[in-house]
Amino acid sequence: MSLIESLPRVRRLRLPRADGLIPWIVPLAIILIWQVACVTGFVSARVLPAPSDVALAGWKLLLSGELVRNIWVSFWCASVGFLIGGSIGFAFGLANGLSQLSSKLTDTTLQMVRNIPHLALIPLVILWFGIDESAKLFLVALGVFFPIYLNTLHGIRTVDPQLIEMGRIYGMTDGELFRRVIFPGALPSIFVGLRFALGIMWLTLIVAETIAASSGLGYMAMQAREFMLIDVVVLSILIYALLGKLADSASRALERLTLSWHPAFQKH
Amino acid sequence: MQEALRFRPADAEAVDQPDFVKQARLLRRDADALLRGLSLTIRGLRKSFGDNEVLRGIDLHIPAGQSVAIVGRSGCGKSTLLRLIAGLETITAGTISFGEETRAEDVRVMFQEPRLLPWARVLSNVEVGLGRERTSPDAQARADSALVEVGLDDKRAQWPAVLSGGQKQRVALARALVSRPRVLAFDEPLGALDALTRISMQRLLERVWQDQGFTAILVTHDVAEAVALADRVLVIEDGRIAHDIDVNIPRPRRRGSAELAALEGSILKNLLQGTEDTSDL
Repeated sequence: MSLIESLPRVRRLRLPRADGLIPWIVPLAIILIWQVACVTGFVSARVLPAPSDVALAGWKLLLSGELVRNIWVSFWCASVGFLIGGSIGFAFGLANGLSQLSSKLTDTTLQMVRNIPHLALIPLVILWFGIDESAKLFLVALGVFFPIYLNTLHGIRTVDPQLIEMGRIYGMTDGELFRRVIFPGALPSIFVGLRFALGIMWLTLIVAETIAASSGLGYMAMQAREFMLIDVVVLSILIYALLGKLADSASRALERLTLSWHPAFQKH
Repeated sequence: MQEALRFRPADAEAVDQPDFVKQARLLRRDADALLRGLSLTIRGLRKSFGDNEVLRGIDLHIPAGQSVAIVGRSGCGKSTLLRLIAGLETITAGTISFGEETRAEDVRVMFQEPRLLPWARVLSNVEVGLGRERTSPDAQARADSALVEVGLDDKRAQWPAVLSGGQKQRVALARALVSRPRVLAFDEPLGALDALTRISMQRLLERVWQDQGFTAILVTHDVAEAVALADRVLVIEDGRIAHDIDVNIPRPRRRGSAELAALEGSILKNLLQGTEDTSDL
């Protein structure tokens, strides 16, 4: 009797927690295998330091304040560059999606510029900005501009014309039509652009910080390489992975919040 | 003997009471129609898309509160006529005039697709139908009562994605009704529904039309639906009105009755005239 009663309660309690843990099983297992491989001498410390050594290096850098400072610089460059490039891309996407004139005027130019890999501009950017933060900001902004621009434009152009006609029949003003029909309709596509842009944001930042920087996580990794501090190199790579995961989770949370109407986000 | 005795009073009552109810209803409808329905006059209406002349001179008067079904083969121009009446296309030549000055909220259209905003809850979707009165303080109450009218008040907080096809179309009907339109144009509103849902939707449409007394214009490819719902059936062929048939069958009309079937048969015959396929009718 008591067993039967307690069964469903136990299952209800255990399931959500287990669901939250499942994605972390594989990373934890990899770290465990990695630690074992290093401790047993299967992998040489010169090739790959043990996770415990990486953690130790992280702890030391944390105490010296260097780690926090570099993470802060990278995080700041990523978010500010993303905001600048993303807002300009979003603005152009809106303008070209809504106005024929604006589209005719700028779309061809933007499509041409899009075909230049933005990282190819690094030598030029170094000449223009030197190797401080503004060079990184410029590259990140340029990198995130295009995915946001293209997907915003695509989202607005593919809003169901029947819904737009419906809005007009029911007397919506242009502003209302945008707010109630066009923007929500374009939102799923804008989010696709956002997540593409986040990926490009980290990639650009890593490359820029490795080649042309005087601070930041990539710079820290390059400095460590010069002194053969392989644990610090691995540490900065891991931190990049965590920051990337963080940005992705944030965009997913935002998506869940704003697209709760979408069948793909409905739980029942 | 006994039967005859019993029969007479029962019969008398059965005639008297519905007559009284019907009269009351007719009176109410007349009063409503004066206030609600709009008459519609079309003269010499033409519409071309490029070189393609779709409507070639339509002359038509629809009295206030009448329900008119427009049938015809696909591509005959029946939907174009409806879109012109609803103001969704520009007229090439001719005029369409309503009996009185109209507001934008007076003429509403219901399409084959529900065209609900997927990102708005059912109630806000209905509120869209209020047009410029959307921001008035009683907007929500009016949307609620429109939902009650179509029997979906329990779904007010749902997303459209969780509704069935018939329910979505009922929300679209509530949205069209919420501004108390005086002309309601239906463009194959039941075309995408299954047979059973269609029948219950037809009953719903007939009921709201009888309750509210708007002028109803129904474009349909289903002749059975046309004769079941409408006071008058217009057959359009090659951009002209080929037949104008009054349906003098009293309501409520019994689905599948011989009268309806006969009328449906003769309209179908007209429609199919000129094609090779008339032998089996």
